[in-house]
Amino acid sequence: MSKQQTLNELAAAINGTQTEEGSVFTAELISGEVDVLQVVVEDREEFPIYVTLDDSQILCVTHLWKESEVKQGQRESLLDALLTMNVPMPLSSFSKVGDQYIIFGALASSSNIGDVSYEIEVLSDNTLEAIEAVAEFLN
Amino acid sequence: MSILKQLWTAVKGASTEAGEAIVDSQAIRILEQEMRDAKKHLNQAKENLTSVMAEKMGIERKVKTLRREIEEHEGYAVSALDNGNEGLALEIAEKIAELSNELEVQEELLASYTGNVSNLKKTIKGTERNIASMDRELSVVKTTESVQKASAAAAAKFSGTNSSLRSATDSLSRIKAKQQKRSDQMSAAMELQNEGEGGDLKAKMKAAGIVTGSASSNDILAKLRAKRGG
Repeated sequence: MSKQQTLNELAAAINGTQTEEGSVFTAELISGEVDVLQVVVEDREEFPIYVTLDDSQILCVTHLWKESEVKQGQRESLLDALLTMNVPMPLSSFSKVGDQYIIFGALASSSNIGDVSYEIEVLSDNTLEAIEAVAEFLN
Repeated sequence: MSILKQLWTAVKGASTEAGEAIVDSQAIRILEQEMRDAKKHLNQAKENLTSVMAEKMGIERKVKTLRREIEEHEGYAVSALDNGNEGLALEIAEKIAELSNELEVQEELLASYTGNVSNLKKTIKGTERNIASMDRELSVVKTTESVQKASAAAAAKFSGTNSSLRSATDSLSRIKAKQQKRSDQMSAAMELQNEGEGGDLKAKMKAAGIVTGSASSNDILAKLRAKRGG
């Protein structure tokens, strides 16, 4: 199965899924050099989840904040907090791409659709909790 | 420089430019070129291995032939001795010595070829592993780049050009407000439903002492006592 097919299938499976709180997932495929599936959770439109496939893994990424949003003099405390949270936080990890802080989860490319939707749900929860946890370091 | 370090540089390079492109595409092109080179080297190494293995097989054949010849000549020498032909036996012995020297040379050569083959195989395996991990890492970088583009497009669509609206903490507050609204709506809906079922009226009557609502344990005990007494 091609990557695009798999992503399309994933989109179909995710579209309309509900969280426990009743928020609905919407998935949309964005074609490009690497196809990206954009998943939006209702009421959390500010933090879409981007899902990509390659040969070795399925990557779910959400953008958090930019370097410019970090309070002056608080960067070290922020990084310390993120590193410390990395392990206790279920399934997701923090990272940085350029000046963009991200939260992500990686799954084996053999994972089934149920695994992926669960990952997305947890990632979305973790996103809000993480921002809340480090809000004191952000502008 | 290690591949990971190169990728790190490629990704980090862009962070200084206040900008759109998060990944230094030039650095990626260089990496891709390096990967193509590595693949070319790998193919050369594989060709090398094939020819070294062929040569090694040739030497193995030579060693086998030499051993057989030595054995045969030893047989001849014994026969010559048995026939009392010392002269011939000595000549044969000289031939055996010659063959043995040649065998020694070939055996040494064979050992070095065997070492070469195993080294080449190790190199090839290592290179293949390197290329595979480079492939993986590069694909992650490209993925990140695509996600970056998609996210930038989404952010622009979501909040227009007003970037101050895009701060993570503001977004979180907005989401919390939305969630609060949703939960308020849900409680309101539940209230409406209760009213519809007369729950509201019952509650009002209960508050006014018109209906007691639930039987109390004292009432029940009193009733039971009356029953026993009567």
